[in-house]
Amino acid sequence: MHDIVQQASNFINLDAAQLIYLFLVGFVGGLVSGFIGSGGAFVLTPGMMSLGVPGLVAVASNMCHKFPKALVGSIKRAKYGQVDVKLGVVLGISAEAGVLYGAHIQESIKKTFGDAGSNLYVSVAFVVILAVVGGFVLRDAWKTYRSGNSNEEEKVTKLARWVQSVNIPGTMVYFKALNARISVLFTIPLGFATGMLAATIAVGGFIGVPAMIYVLGAPSIMASATELVIAFVMGLGGSFKYAMHGLVDIRLAMVILGGSLFGIQLGAIGTTYVKPFMIKVVMGVIMVIVLFSRALMVPVYLGQLGLIQPLEAMTVKILKNTSFMIMIFALGLGAFIVLRAMWQGRRAEQRAAQEAFEHANG
Amino acid sequence: MSANNQTTKKKPYGAAILMGLVSAVLYSVLLMNQDIANKYSGLGGLYAFLPILIAFLFSYIHGSFTGHFWTLLGVEASQKKKEVK
Repeated sequence: MHDIVQQASNFINLDAAQLIYLFLVGFVGGLVSGFIGSGGAFVLTPGMMSLGVPGLVAVASNMCHKFPKALVGSIKRAKYGQVDVKLGVVLGISAEAGVLYGAHIQESIKKTFGDAGSNLYVSVAFVVILAVVGGFVLRDAWKTYRSGNSNEEEKVTKLARWVQSVNIPGTMVYFKALNARISVLFTIPLGFATGMLAATIAVGGFIGVPAMIYVLGAPSIMASATELVIAFVMGLGGSFKYAMHGLVDIRLAMVILGGSLFGIQLGAIGTTYVKPFMIKVVMGVIMVIVLFSRALMVPVYLGQLGLIQPLEAMTVKILKNTSFMIMIFALGLGAFIVLRAMWQGRRAEQRAAQEAFEHANG
Repeated sequence: MSANNQTTKKKPYGAAILMGLVSAVLYSVLLMNQDIANKYSGLGGLYAFLPILIAFLFSYIHGSFTGHFWTLLGVEASQKKKEVK
């Protein structure tokens, strides 16, 4: 607790350049979040720490910008009929429990193995989960693209069909995103895993969105929009918990929010122009690139724990900087794909409208 | 057809300017009173409601402004409105 108080009193001074940097990173993070339902946090938290913000304050402030951003994004996407509020709230509540349990595990690891052990745990979780889930999502998007069926409605997976067919009396709930009744006994572990991942790597959506698509059978567009509701529920609870300890730097949170609200509106608009498989493309690309970023740091932490020969200070510095640059690249590339897909969709629609107009008057 | 709709639709200039001004005032007040913001944010306990309420307030005001901002620039959702289901 003493550490916490010390960290809270350590809110940094912000100059104009730092404000612009936070605003811009917020914008790009918001753009990606508006499109795929999550993302940005993995750059924002280390980004704040690179300015000298203590780790816990960075995590708390990131969370305090996340829930209002997710609120605005989910309202926007609800207007397009893409949000299943019930599914989001049900998953969000179990995700909240996952956040608390994930944070508890983090604390235990930190107490036993120190900072290096905690960092190693986070990096290994990143690498393993992103390799398995990210690889699967990207492969699925690639298969859809190659098959030439990207315009067709997405097929519900065999697993999701089975989940939707299981009837456990007293636990069945209808969800409009699935157009089916499923047992909450399936949603609880998925929400819990989303929360645990959010507490570990800050981006629960990397589990939540694929789980809704492949395990529950939601369309990609609805899964990514509903993830914003989960992020709101999780973020609100998490922010309050951190704020109780005085860890939220409201200036940081609001400046990032300033940029991210411009981004999230744009990302949400973008979803109305693109083919559904583009959600999987952006998510898969970001996940796989971020995986490499975190993998670079594994030898650093192994060295700090004495499990391998410790690396030279210069090598550690190079790996750290490269890792951070790759994360920024991942977010930037994700934003580029979103904007490009949106631009192409808009142009195609304008051309079609023009042709229809000429045809009607021709 | 959609092109016609877009040109005839009234742009929300008034709402955008109003929300933009209020948003600018909110950010100015926050950034010009950083010491006070830090002091109360750092207190914790029941003061936890303060950053949460600030976040809700900013999200409503600035969120409305950013929504109108893109509309004024002509960046709007697809006319097809891809409703799923």
